[in-house]
Amino acid sequence: MRILVGCKRVIDYAVKIRVRPDKKGVVTEGVKHSMNPFDEIAVEEAVRLKEKKIAKEIIVASIGAAQSQETIRTALAMGGDRGVHVEVSAAEAETLQPIHVSKILAELAKKEKVDLVFLGKQAIDDDSNQTAQMTAALLDWPQAMFASKVEQKDDKLEVVREIDGGLETIRVNMPCVISADLRLNEPRYATLPNIMKAKKKKMDKLKPSDLGVDVTPRIEVISVEDPPVREAGATVADVDELVSKLKEKGF
Amino acid sequence: MSFLSLRVSSSCSAHRPLALLYSLQPHGGPLCRRSLATKHQPAAAATPAHAQDKKGQSSRGGKPAVHSKSFVQNMFRGLVEPEQTFPYPKVLNEDQLETLRMLVPPTEKFMEEVNDPLANDANESVSEEVVQGLREMGGFGLQVPEDLGGVGLTNTQYGRVTEIVGANDLGVGIFMGAHQSIGFKGILIAGDDAQKQKYLPRVATGEDFAAFALTEPASGSDASSIKTRAELSPDGKNYILNGSKIWISNGGIAEIFTVFAKTPVKDAETGTSTDKVTAFIVERKFGGVSHGAPEKKMGIKCSNTAEVYFENTPVPVENVLGGEGKGFKVAMQILNNGRFGMGAALSGTQRAVIKKAVEHATQRTQFGSRIDTYGAIQEKLARMAMTHYACESMAYMVSGTMDRGYDDYQLEAAISKIFASEAAWFVTDEAIQVLGGMGYMRDPGLEKVMRDLRIFRIFEGTNDILRLFVALTGIQYAGGHLKELQNAVKDPISNFGVVLGEVTKRGRTAIGFGAGNLLSDKVHANLSEPAGNVCKATEAFGGAIEKLLIKHGKNIINEQFLLKRIADASIDIYAMSCVLSRCSMSLNEGLSSAHHEELMTKTYCNEAYDRVLRNLNALKNPTELSNFKSMAEISKGMCESGQAVQGNPLGV
Repeated sequence: MRILVGCKRVIDYAVKIRVRPDKKGVVTEGVKHSMNPFDEIAVEEAVRLKEKKIAKEIIVASIGAAQSQETIRTALAMGGDRGVHVEVSAAEAETLQPIHVSKILAELAKKEKVDLVFLGKQAIDDDSNQTAQMTAALLDWPQAMFASKVEQKDDKLEVVREIDGGLETIRVNMPCVISADLRLNEPRYATLPNIMKAKKKKMDKLKPSDLGVDVTPRIEVISVEDPPVREAGATVADVDELVSKLKEKGF
Repeated sequence: MSFLSLRVSSSCSAHRPLALLYSLQPHGGPLCRRSLATKHQPAAAATPAHAQDKKGQSSRGGKPAVHSKSFVQNMFRGLVEPEQTFPYPKVLNEDQLETLRMLVPPTEKFMEEVNDPLANDANESVSEEVVQGLREMGGFGLQVPEDLGGVGLTNTQYGRVTEIVGANDLGVGIFMGAHQSIGFKGILIAGDDAQKQKYLPRVATGEDFAAFALTEPASGSDASSIKTRAELSPDGKNYILNGSKIWISNGGIAEIFTVFAKTPVKDAETGTSTDKVTAFIVERKFGGVSHGAPEKKMGIKCSNTAEVYFENTPVPVENVLGGEGKGFKVAMQILNNGRFGMGAALSGTQRAVIKKAVEHATQRTQFGSRIDTYGAIQEKLARMAMTHYACESMAYMVSGTMDRGYDDYQLEAAISKIFASEAAWFVTDEAIQVLGGMGYMRDPGLEKVMRDLRIFRIFEGTNDILRLFVALTGIQYAGGHLKELQNAVKDPISNFGVVLGEVTKRGRTAIGFGAGNLLSDKVHANLSEPAGNVCKATEAFGGAIEKLLIKHGKNIINEQFLLKRIADASIDIYAMSCVLSRCSMSLNEGLSSAHHEELMTKTYCNEAYDRVLRNLNALKNPTELSNFKSMAEISKGMCESGQAVQGNPLGV
């Protein structure tokens, strides 16, 4: 089995987000970035599959500006075999949408002839939760989203999914697309010697146009603002006052 | 970072300094060791020429003056030598920077998520999970070459990684530092190929731990007085080692020791035998090696500190490190090489501590306002920030200078150790104060950091000793040139150039014109004024040194009250240069923090310049000089009395 794992470079989860003065986005300069946590879980699961000898090769892909390379290298240090960096300009990276990313991933999956595309369920910066689903649809492959357990059963994959009502177990044919949820595993730490080794692993560089994908923005960001500061509440004397206040506010 | 086994902070009595100076001379330092004489140690004849004169200028009758590119050394001559300091060193190529960008996040993650500083402190040991994790991380062989099992980092890269450990847990930092910064560093820098192949893989992987064994009960600061002995066996195959060492970090857990012992060395020509220090690689399994119980300490509790005893331990002759009789040079090489790490580690500590203080100050409300709106808190936070900025700038200045290949950085390294240890103490103390009562409690973790920090002013060369070292080494350098000048004046025709240069310099200084702002083209335009002050300070400093040399001559080495102020002034001037250099870089690169850095730099330099002038004034001000005499008498009275001389004012 050959696996394509996608990873995204995002602002680190622990960072206090601040809106840029021009209100067109958030401050990213000098801010700590790291691999999207759900992607880390996907990488870890792929590496475990390889350690169990179920997978033979892990290709790590990232679509982003120049620094995305570091994210790929971290995944290689965790156990990925080689990397593919689909590079876009910093400006393009800001308007990149799941529809663009999923088209690129679909093309890569076909090009690399993989059996499994493993992604994180959503990115913590935009919380879209769309890329994995769109990728599966574009490829017309079965999908198993929000995976909390993945096992091989004969020539299929049995996936336990976390859904609103509880857990759902499904079996999917390969090739397929899986998205990782929080409880799938606990990712290993990339050790310093492995990071040094990862520097020597192969890294291909592509442009979206090489895969025939157009990343022209479909949206324009008008403004980005902080959520309004929570106002203090007011106490009411009795139910009548409550009802009249509600009517006043138009509820 | 470089952490020596804990040393006794000896009260430096008047006749000791030369021994201290001798004991602190680094290997390869372009200094004549014995040019200053005391009645206890007469000056030797001319020292080897190769160790000195780099420019071929020589004076009549005596050793030629040394020429160095060290900023601090030249300060003592009143000269601003900008080569090592301006512009701010950039020593990492793109590949090395990328490596660093990749190493930092997992290291931070590991330290934050797996290591528990308060548990380590309470249990007085590092958890096995962390030790194993560090092994897997490659944390025990960061500077060992990759082909011998290490991560192969440069000094600057190592500093950055050390910063992370310092920010999280200094106890773990010492555990790692005692192992690799000094424990086996000797093998790395002075070992032969066989020794490297045999030992480095074992220690780089953390399979075996290492320790640096120099200090003895009666030999702390005065390291050359050690009594451990190693005598060659009759069959010439082993040295038999006997002695005891105290306060050895990792002493109770190390398998491999770098041990310093006195060996009788025969002079080939005269046939006489003198005791010289030799460094050995000693394995616990050689036999006769035992250790005492772990010492109970104020801080860095999870770091093992123990006495180590050697009883008739046979050490194969192949395990002599760096050559017989060369142990001192090896020790100094190791310490000098490791000192930069401390600046980096403590910068990390300060950064973490500042974050806690700011978090508290921006959340705590008293008297109706957030406390960060009050001047008292603002001053604390600002001073913490400026001190940290200076410390950080200095740390990477030193590592950068080393990575650029300069040999003569020993004064800068010593200054950065003094500065960093005192800076971290101040910053953490103020942070506790900002947090108020909460700062005193265990959970926020600041009191533990405070306890951990205290040792940094003591070990690895007490700050008191290092101040003397900086002052005396600098004076020696200046003295060498002064002597050259004196000789030149005796024969002005042949040495016209030298004399003319001096006359011009003095003439201008005498009528109030200095050499001008030699740094104006080396710093950003916004920093022109403080840069000018560095030049003025340096000139005043050099002038003060010269006057002291003329007044005291060789006896300057006994004037410790004066030497302390000289050292403090040199530290301030160097700190000013480091921040000016770094801030210029930030302004030129248009960093978003550049304006803030400029604010800190200007404010810091204003205060530092004031301090320099005050310290230089103290060297000649009659009241201050009289104070020093009084203090010596006060001390004498106390020592005769055995305690405070006066009783209680109540007379009861």
